[in-house]
Amino acid sequence: MTVNPLITLRNVTKTFGQVTVIQDVTVSVYPGQVQVLLGENGAGKSTLIKMVAGVYQPDGGQILVDGTVTTLPTTKAAEEHGIATIHQELNLVATMSVAENVMLGRMPTKFGMVDRKELRRQARAALALIGLEIDVDTPVGRLGIARQQLVEIAKALSINARVLILDEPTAALTRHETQALFAVMADLRRRGVGMLFISHHLDEIAEVGDTVTVIRDGHFIAEVPASTPEDELVKLMVGRSIEDQFPRRADETPAVTEVLAVSNLTSAGRFDDISFTVRAGEVLGIAGLVGAGRTELIRAIAGADKYDTGSVAVRGTKLPKGDIQAAIRAGIGHVPEDRKGQGLVLDASVNDNLGYATLASSAKLGLADFTGQRTRAEAVAAKLRIRMHTIDQPIRSLSGGNQQKAVFGRWIIAASTVLLLDEPTRGVDVGAKVEIYELMNSITAAGGAIVMVSSELPEILGMSDRILVMRDGRLAGELSAADATQDTVMTLAARDVAAQR
Amino acid sequence: MSTTTTTPSTETPTRRSFDYKTFLANNGALVGLVVLCIALVIATPDFLTGQNLLNIGIQVSTVAVLAFGMTFVIVAGGIDLSVGAVAALSAMASGWFFVSAGLPGWMALIGGLVVGLAAGVINGAANAYGKLPSFIATLAMLSVARGLTLVISDGRPIKTAPEVSFLGGNIGPVPMPIVILVLAAVVASFILNRTVLGRSMYAVGGNAEAARLSGLPVKRIIVTVFALAGLFAALAGLLLAGRLDSAQPQAAAGYELDAIAAVVIGGASLSGGLGKISGTFIGALVLVVIRNGLNLLNVSSFWQQVVIGLVIALAVGADVLRRKTRNS
Repeated sequence: MTVNPLITLRNVTKTFGQVTVIQDVTVSVYPGQVQVLLGENGAGKSTLIKMVAGVYQPDGGQILVDGTVTTLPTTKAAEEHGIATIHQELNLVATMSVAENVMLGRMPTKFGMVDRKELRRQARAALALIGLEIDVDTPVGRLGIARQQLVEIAKALSINARVLILDEPTAALTRHETQALFAVMADLRRRGVGMLFISHHLDEIAEVGDTVTVIRDGHFIAEVPASTPEDELVKLMVGRSIEDQFPRRADETPAVTEVLAVSNLTSAGRFDDISFTVRAGEVLGIAGLVGAGRTELIRAIAGADKYDTGSVAVRGTKLPKGDIQAAIRAGIGHVPEDRKGQGLVLDASVNDNLGYATLASSAKLGLADFTGQRTRAEAVAAKLRIRMHTIDQPIRSLSGGNQQKAVFGRWIIAASTVLLLDEPTRGVDVGAKVEIYELMNSITAAGGAIVMVSSELPEILGMSDRILVMRDGRLAGELSAADATQDTVMTLAARDVAAQR
Repeated sequence: MSTTTTTPSTETPTRRSFDYKTFLANNGALVGLVVLCIALVIATPDFLTGQNLLNIGIQVSTVAVLAFGMTFVIVAGGIDLSVGAVAALSAMASGWFFVSAGLPGWMALIGGLVVGLAAGVINGAANAYGKLPSFIATLAMLSVARGLTLVISDGRPIKTAPEVSFLGGNIGPVPMPIVILVLAAVVASFILNRTVLGRSMYAVGGNAEAARLSGLPVKRIIVTVFALAGLFAALAGLLLAGRLDSAQPQAAAGYELDAIAAVVIGGASLSGGLGKISGTFIGALVLVVIRNGLNLLNVSSFWQQVVIGLVIALAVGADVLRRKTRNS
């Protein structure tokens, strides 16, 4: 192997104020190889990527492009070197069409005006690279989050990138969509494109990667082949071994008390005739493809959206439609899919975020209960091991896993007994994931009931006592934890794959 | 980018010399105000006189009371363009209740406040239930309220009730507007900091959907927020009318922009979720002291507008800078 790397970060260091985020890390991307960057949230992966992308400048060390020391003062400079980034946060203009988004900043023109025909042609060609078939005139905002991400990937690919940075591109994708992406990556690899790939899905590493660079707390830990066993990778990443990635402990003697009963719930165009019950101490997993109506169902049960017919009852008491407060009083706690958009007030403190659900109920004569809230928040933050400097720091500055624990904490303070979890570990690193699973165990052990929607099959299989599979807004089947495998779930979940829209 | 440990080692290095950068970034408006005052003391002997300071106090009272109401709205993520017009309408209605409807003075005063409250409720309902953006809903109210003011008054001033005039008078040496200003500041600050309503405003302005999913009654909160803005506007209108012993049809025209400027100079974010009553008060003082100082220095009122505009741009620029340092 005498191939020169396309880009190398050599002994780079980056500090913000007094915090050293990256210290003396070296990582290279070779042509035709997928370099995996592995580390927990807050380990410094995003900072490293931003140095490659020209967003941050290293405070120490060098950046080499094609073996020559270079600086990348701007993202534009990085782009000129053929470095394209697919960010974790989508970078699309929701109101503009798919074609316009793909070609943003380099629209084809004719006599000074946008050449619509050429625009569509080039955009279709870009989408064809990843086998995405959608109407290029659709406004991007109308697509689901998975499709938006694919559009973003198509956009980056169409800039003829030599180095492609993929920052958790699969976090919001279904298995099928992930496979499509991996096929594209394999194709790019054959064409000599180098890739820097970040993912929290350990199983994807062996599938798509070549070498893995592990970083922890901003330090370089190891470079290992992608075929390294998952246990070993986890150990390198968190600095200790995690015995069980899915530590589900179900009650041996399941309780018979029915806590949540959903009957014939229907909302036109979203879901149709859904009935199920959840018992105390039980985790009910809901699997299905993106767009199968799982999130819509969860939101309807939580009172966040109205539904047409059917009913939701908690411990025998029917809940009014679309009434979040009534649902909360009945013991429901809702951990929404989009943590930043729906779960948290990012500029508010950890303390405030933990207290929103109990702000009114703990108040006296309309006055907020500050001392009580602080006591409760500190207790729950300690119990959930939310890692932070102080409880008054903005929750924005916490890592994804700790932010998610705070959303859980809100419902623990509210003493919720029916938790509705929508993608509870999306964007959460392995260590925090296990903590969240342990939290689910302690909730069910205390007699609580959990409904969990997840697109991660291993999580559904590992943590559910019972699994419902949704397809096209309907219940496609129910599996016991013992019978369920990836295959049985996917057979129920997948329709005619080509018709997936 | 967060460090995920709570080891004691992270606490020791914070004990260092005074961080003037952070202080400046967090108290830009206050520092600006102090610098401004010092400069004016040096520039003109007329600035630091008892009479001038009382004048400043009276002038700031109207702007600040309007801006306190505006602070609620902006913290909750909205904007209220109607406060000036609602102030005028409330004062005019109060005058009409007294002169034409023959109500007792105290009822005319309360009637004026109720009119402001009602206008605010309509703004809030149009925004929360009617789904109109607050910019549009309150722009409409601006026009409606100003129009109604002219209709009621037929374009002429109306004499105010003695109870309203009392608001513009003096208690001993202290002008009543200053007393009202202090009371309004205390009440507004209490609402924002201590009550469930106030804490909810920050949540709604920071992320309305997260607030809703946490069980906060977002629509009711929005209506209450605009109602409070209307009530504070009415109070400001009555203060203004009380000083002149009459409600003027064109009173408080354009004051909504001063109120917004005061809130923004005070460090609130127009995207919601941030803002303080103390900041707004300082922001209002900055505006009024600049005007007062430029008057004392015989600068034409045309140039004053130019200066005010630059100050607003500077203050918001500082705000952007502060946000940048905080997020990195």
